[in-house]
Amino acid sequence: MSRDTGTHAVLSDFLGTHTVIVVDDVRKSFGNVKAVRGVSFRAEDGKITGLLGPNGAGKSTTLRILYTLLKPDSGTASVNQHDVLNSPVAARSTMGVLPDPAGIYPRLTARENIAYYGRLQGLDGDRLDKQVESVIELLDLSDFADRRTKGFSHGQRSKVALARALVHEPHNVLLDEPSTGLDVMATRALRNVIRQLRDQRKCVLFSSHVMQEVAALCDAIVIIDKGKVVATGTPDEIRAHTNKDNLEDAFVAAIGSAEGLE
Amino acid sequence: MMRSPLIVFRKEILDNLRDRRTLWSALVFGPLFGPVLFAMLINIQLDRALSKIDEPLELPVSGAEFAPNLIQFLQESNTTILPAPPSAEDAVKARLHDVVLVIPDSYAERFRDGEPAVVRLVADRSNNEAQRQLARARGLLARYSNKIGAMRLQVRGVSPLVSHPIVVEDIDVSTPQGRSVLVLGIMTYFVLFAMLSGGMPMAIDTTAGERERGSLEPLLALPARRPQILAGKLAATCLFMTLSLMITLAAFAISLNFVQLEKLGMSANFGPDVAVKVFLIAWPFVLLGGGLMTFVATFTKSYKEAQTYLTAVLLVPTIPIIFASIYEVQAKLELMAIPSLSQHLLITELLKGNELNPAWVAVSVGSTLLFGLVLAFLAAKRYESEKILG
Repeated sequence: MSRDTGTHAVLSDFLGTHTVIVVDDVRKSFGNVKAVRGVSFRAEDGKITGLLGPNGAGKSTTLRILYTLLKPDSGTASVNQHDVLNSPVAARSTMGVLPDPAGIYPRLTARENIAYYGRLQGLDGDRLDKQVESVIELLDLSDFADRRTKGFSHGQRSKVALARALVHEPHNVLLDEPSTGLDVMATRALRNVIRQLRDQRKCVLFSSHVMQEVAALCDAIVIIDKGKVVATGTPDEIRAHTNKDNLEDAFVAAIGSAEGLE
Repeated sequence: MMRSPLIVFRKEILDNLRDRRTLWSALVFGPLFGPVLFAMLINIQLDRALSKIDEPLELPVSGAEFAPNLIQFLQESNTTILPAPPSAEDAVKARLHDVVLVIPDSYAERFRDGEPAVVRLVADRSNNEAQRQLARARGLLARYSNKIGAMRLQVRGVSPLVSHPIVVEDIDVSTPQGRSVLVLGIMTYFVLFAMLSGGMPMAIDTTAGERERGSLEPLLALPARRPQILAGKLAATCLFMTLSLMITLAAFAISLNFVQLEKLGMSANFGPDVAVKVFLIAWPFVLLGGGLMTFVATFTKSYKEAQTYLTAVLLVPTIPIIFASIYEVQAKLELMAIPSLSQHLLITELLKGNELNPAWVAVSVGSTLLFGLVLAFLAAKRYESEKILG
C-alpha cells in the first residue's frame, strides 16, 4: 500500500520503471453531480493498472479526462509528460483508446475500420498496411477482416474496436470496461492481448467493475469509490493493508460494501 | 496533421456511398422530385387552360323556345345546348351543372318591343370550376346583345359607333420570359430544397449518427484536431449537396423542354448557359446549408431526432422567398445581403432574361459565404466542447 505516491515514484525510478500516466487531485462535476472528487494515481510502463470500482464510481470520467474528452474542473493529469489541458493533441497521440461504447462503422469492413484510425494516427502507405495486418493477426480477425462489420457479433465488434485502438502501436493503452458483454473465449483473448502489451513494456490502464478480472490481470490496482481513490497498490499490498487473505474480501473492506461490484 | 480533413472526407464519402437509402434520397429522389413535380403541375395547368377554350361550352337552357335566334347564335359560337333541369337553382346547387341559362317567357315580347329582355344565368360563385363557364356564357350573351344593339341602331340610321364613346385597348409590356417568371419563381425553392435534402442524410450520419453508433467518442480520442475532423465531414456533406444541385438543375433543364410554355405566350429561358449561371449563384448556399444542418445536428442525440429538426431546417430558406412573393419584392442591392432571398431574386432575373448586376452577385456570394463560415465555425466550436458527447 503506498498512499505516498511521491515515494513510490522515486522507488519506481530506482527499480527502472517509469511513471507515464500521472493523475493528481483531479475533480470533475456535472451540474450538481460530483463525479470525480480528487482522484490521484500513477500508471507505469510495463504494468497493467486496473481502475476498480462500482458502477458510477467515476472510472469512466477519470479515463475521459485522460484522453482529453473532458476537462478537469481542477487538478492536473499528464500522459508521457504531456499535460491534458495544455497539450491535448500531443497527449492523445501517445494513446490508444477503447472507450465504452466503442462503436465501429457498419458499412465499412473490419480492415477499413482499422485503416481509417491508422490514417488518422498518421500512418500511410506500406507502413499502414503492415500495421493493419499485424493487429488483424494479433486479434485473430483474419477470417472476417474483409467483411462489412454490419451483423458482426458483439465479440467481433469489440475485437475490431480494440484492433483499431492499437493499430499505431500506442505507448499507452486505455481501455474502459473492455470485457463488458464478452463471452468466455473473447474475454480470454482480450486478457492475452493485454498481457502481450504489458510484455512489450507498454502502459496499460483499464477500468472494470469485475473484481476477478482485475485480480487476474493487474500488476497495480487503483480502487475508486464515490469519486475518490480508496486504496492503491499491488494485489498483495492491498491484501496486507486490509488484513484479508482473500482479495475479494479485501476489495469489500476497502470500499466498505460489495454494492455495484461483481 | 493537415491530412486529417482529407482522410475523414474520403471515409465519409465511401461510407455513405455504400448506403443505398442515402444515395436514393440524396442523388435521386431529392434532386428529381422538384423538376418532375414542377413539369407535371405546369403541364396539368396548361392542359386545363388550353383545352377548355376549344371545348364546346355545355349550357343547359330553360325556355329555349322563347329565343330561337339567341339559341342559334350560341350554337354557332361553339355551345352545346342541353335540355334544362326542372329547377335550375337546385341543379346548380347540387353541382349537376355549372351554369344554367334561364330565358323567361316574357323574353320574346320584350325583345320585340325593343325593351331590355332579361335572361338569367344561374351559377354558384363559390364553385371555382364554374367561374370559367360563367365567364364564357356571359361573354357570349354580351356579344349577342351588342350585335343586336348595333343592328337596331343601323336600322334607325345611326352609326353603331355612337354607342362606343370610349374604346379601351390593353397593351401588355411583359416579355414572354417575364410572364413565365410567375410560374418559374417557385423554382428557386425547389433548387434549394434539392440541395439541402441532398446533404441531409450525410449531415445527420456524420454527427448524430456517429453519436448514436457510439463511434464519436473513439474518433474524438484520436490525435486529429476536432475542427479538422469537422471540416472533413462538412466537406463530404457539401460534395453531396453540390452533386444534388447539379442533378436537379440538369433535370430542370431537361424537363422544361417538355413543358409547352409557349402556348401560354411564355418562354422558358432555361438553356444550359442559364443552368450554369443558376448553379454558380446557388453554389455558395451549399456551405451555408451544410453548416446549418451540421450545426443543428450536433444538438441532437439520434438519427431520428436529427431528422425531425433538419426537416424543419429545410423550410428555413422558403421564408424569405414567400415574403418576396407576397410583397412582390423587386431586386435591389441591400436585399442581396439576405441569403436565399438573394439567390431567389438573382435566379428570377436570369429567368427573365435580364443581365445580372455584378455588384448584386458579389454581395449575394459574399454574404452567403460569410453566413456559411459563421455556421461552420459554430459547428466546430460545438465539436470542441465536451457537450458534443451529449
